Amino acid sequence: MKEILQKYEPVIGLEIHAQMKTKTKAFCRCSTEFNAPSNSNVCPVCLGHPGVLPVLNEELVNFILKMGLATNCKIKERSIFARKNYFYPDLSKGYQITQFETPICYGGYLDIELKDDTKRKIGITRIHMEEDAGKSIHDFSDDESLIDFNRCGVPLIEIVSEPDIRTIEEATTYLNKVKQLLVYLEINDGNMEEGSLRCDANISIRKKGEEKFGTRTEIKNLNSFRNVADALEAEFNRQYEVIESGDKVYYTTMTYDATLKKTSPLRSKEEAHDYRYFPEPDLVYVEVNENKLESIKNELPELPEEKKLRFKKDYLLPDYDINILVQDKELSNFYEQVTSNLATKNEKTFKTSSNIILSEVLRVLNDEKIDLKNLKLKPVNISELIGFVSRNEINNNTAKDVFNEMFTTGKNASEIIKEKNLIQVSDDNLIIEIINKIILENKSEADRYKSGESKLKGVLVGKIMKESKGKANPQKVNELLDKLIEN
Amino acid sequence: MIQNRNLNEIQKELNSGKLLLVDAVKYYLDKISSQKHLNVFISVFENDALTRAEEIQKKINSGTAGKLAGLVISVKDVITIKDKLHTCGSKILSNYTSVYNATVIERLISEDAIIIGKVNCDEFAMGSSNENSYFGAVLNPVDNSRVPGGSSGGSAVSVAADMCMVSLGSETGGSIRQPASFCGITGLKATYGRISRFGLTAFASSFDSIGIFGKNDYDIAAVLEVISGEDEYDSTSAKEKVPEFTVETGNNIKPGEIIFGYAKEYFEDGLNEEIKNGILKKIEFLKNKGFEVKEISLPHSKYVIQTYYILTSAEASSNLARYDGVRFGFKSENHSNLEEMYVNTRSEGFGAEVKRRIMLGTYVLSSGYYDAYYKKGQKMRRKITEDFENAFKEVDYIISPTTPTTAFKLGEKNDDPLAMYLNDIYTASVNLAAIPAISVPAGNDSNGLPFGIQIMGKKFDEAGLLKVSKLFI
Ligand SMILES: [Zn+2]
Repeated sequence: MKEILQKYEPVIGLEIHAQMKTKTKAFCRCSTEFNAPSNSNVCPVCLGHPGVLPVLNEELVNFILKMGLATNCKIKERSIFARKNYFYPDLSKGYQITQFETPICYGGYLDIELKDDTKRKIGITRIHMEEDAGKSIHDFSDDESLIDFNRCGVPLIEIVSEPDIRTIEEATTYLNKVKQLLVYLEINDGNMEEGSLRCDANISIRKKGEEKFGTRTEIKNLNSFRNVADALEAEFNRQYEVIESGDKVYYTTMTYDATLKKTSPLRSKEEAHDYRYFPEPDLVYVEVNENKLESIKNELPELPEEKKLRFKKDYLLPDYDINILVQDKELSNFYEQVTSNLATKNEKTFKTSSNIILSEVLRVLNDEKIDLKNLKLKPVNISELIGFVSRNEINNNTAKDVFNEMFTTGKNASEIIKEKNLIQVSDDNLIIEIINKIILENKSEADRYKSGESKLKGVLVGKIMKESKGKANPQKVNELLDKLIEN
Repeated sequence: MIQNRNLNEIQKELNSGKLLLVDAVKYYLDKISSQKHLNVFISVFENDALTRAEEIQKKINSGTAGKLAGLVISVKDVITIKDKLHTCGSKILSNYTSVYNATVIERLISEDAIIIGKVNCDEFAMGSSNENSYFGAVLNPVDNSRVPGGSSGGSAVSVAADMCMVSLGSETGGSIRQPASFCGITGLKATYGRISRFGLTAFASSFDSIGIFGKNDYDIAAVLEVISGEDEYDSTSAKEKVPEFTVETGNNIKPGEIIFGYAKEYFEDGLNEEIKNGILKKIEFLKNKGFEVKEISLPHSKYVIQTYYILTSAEASSNLARYDGVRFGFKSENHSNLEEMYVNTRSEGFGAEVKRRIMLGTYVLSSGYYDAYYKKGQKMRRKITEDFENAFKEVDYIISPTTPTTAFKLGEKNDDPLAMYLNDIYTASVNLAAIPAISVPAGNDSNGLPFGIQIMGKKFDEAGLLKVSKLFI
């Protein structure tokens, strides 16, 4: 791919479908609960029985407005719904209610930051509301398909980017940013594997330096970050080969096979749909006035960019730490719970808290493959542990050991430290006693250190620490050793 | 004993004990069973109606009965009633039972109306003769060789032939007023949004209205009062306050209070001479009584039929997509894959007129034709609406013939859909403009066939229409 990238560049746009965490469906009052028994969250409205009418769920409007504001979109005062007509067994009414000509949010953007610290602005064409279809189950028997309508009518928002994306890294970074915002806004659970976040990718390629876009193809239903990246790469390569062989790329809907790592056409041109969009006559305008917009603005939670600034100001953390903590809303909340329970709050304890979370907490989550919410250790337990470090009662290495013990046994820090007698020795007399003993036992090393062989200090400190069973305060050991050697 | 009495009179007799509700119900049940040849009812709720009569009689005796106690009503088979067959006059729903009550049904029941059965209609309310029903044509009670009009033909005949006091019909383009005219009774189409559509099977959502057939203004007012008003299940239902129609219509309109208009475009070619003279006589009658009657113009009238058929067919093609054999209703046995199941279910399940409109609607919405047909149709709808807005700056009510002819012979127009569509020429504009209108009996032609006079009013002025209608009786 690298050589091709010197000649060609991809032009990518993403359409992200996010299931909204509203309590009820978009146009009826059925629950949106995930994992309910098949066809239990249904009613005449979402099943498309004769005579039923849709009624818009106001919570959905509130949710999409939050996303619109968070992505710098303009908001349409009056937007309408349309019908997208096509036949499919899991589409109960024979049409999907969606927004077509007038989406409620339009003309926004997101700034993304790449690994090499460069920043890119990705335009957002529109964000609109629509309803999901049911789920067809084909593998139940050979000659019959089953349909579960629980998902039919569950609200989605579709976030459509401009074709501003030029690399696969940009595509996944942008997707991640969108996901992060959805989760921060608490309107989507960010779960691509369970299908509550799905992505279609549009891609065309053009010779480097060329202004004009090539013909795009659309890869449907990508359900993980990995698949988005791999599918884009596969389709980039496919289009490159088509063009290099002198052929033309045609607009097609593609599907991606993750096992073969190949894209292939979903349907031929003859089967292309004419969706016959027209304004949905069963619904009235969606009106958004100034008051409504103002109240949604006031409801907006703190978003990642603001949080980063605040973390810098309040906790004086380095950017590296802030980026990792804020990336994940839960993790940053966890951090703040740890710091709020600290007995001593200062730059040092804030940093120690970050160190423990970034190294120890993330490691166990990763090793045990669990979510933060399933972690038995509570923030207050970690605050207690950090208290011991800040009072110089244990050192950083001991703290890591205590953390592991806390994680495996569920005991709290004070219990473990007491049981194992881990409180470090800071009493000068006790430390001097040990140092004198080690100097006596290692006369020649002590002399060489005194005469200027500074690297021998490490050896001596190591022996002193070992003699103290790791409990001597290392800072004190360093200071006192120098003092005693001088004499 | 109860014939030709309005609800108010019947309620007095019920309250005084002179009349028992069960006897009233039996009277109508007898009329239904003795006139089966008219093919009016698809379902008769004999047992339910008798049981309800007993229950409501007890409430009457204890003084706790609802506003509509004593009312016996039939319902067009496009409005849902829970646990009852709901056919829409179609093979595709011939085995379908509704799982919920329409809002209008809930409201009728809660005020103690008795629903006596569901009546025949053109398939999915598409037609002007009631010949497009899977359950066969309905006959006109005045002349059994003629059509009763449509699509609410069963509703009109059930009232005209005394099988009930009032009937709920529906219209998308004249389907209440035209059969009312053909059968010699009164039919009211309310303002779009006045009556909830929840439970009314959609034909063309932005046109469909539920309406009422009756023999007098009081019965229609009483039902309208109960079924009107905002509904949380229908976002297009109007928030407009509902007047006490029964009280309002008790007042009489006097000359000087209102101005009538008549559109010259409604008296041109194609209008039967006898009807024309009959309506002109009514205009003279009004003038003689001292009312001001002005000639007005509705300049876009010549585009009404085209606009109406483009837009309603477009909406219908989408509204009828749900009848696919997957979840309910008729499913063709004749298929070996999904595509065949769709095609055969819909080919076998729908009648010719419905298929014609689905095809027309699909065509006008398809890419490449949308702008030329659907979009242009919407623009013309706006123009037609403006015609009425302008006219109502000058006059309060517009009077016209309801139909260009009296009831025609069964089968007469079956091979000529366009001639059939022209039946809607005076009525469809009202649905395009979303205003209310009423058809009131205005006389008979030389064959003794009735025809109606149509009165069109400003949005939400149903009370005015009912009051004005009394001038012609
Ligand atoms: Zn539902």
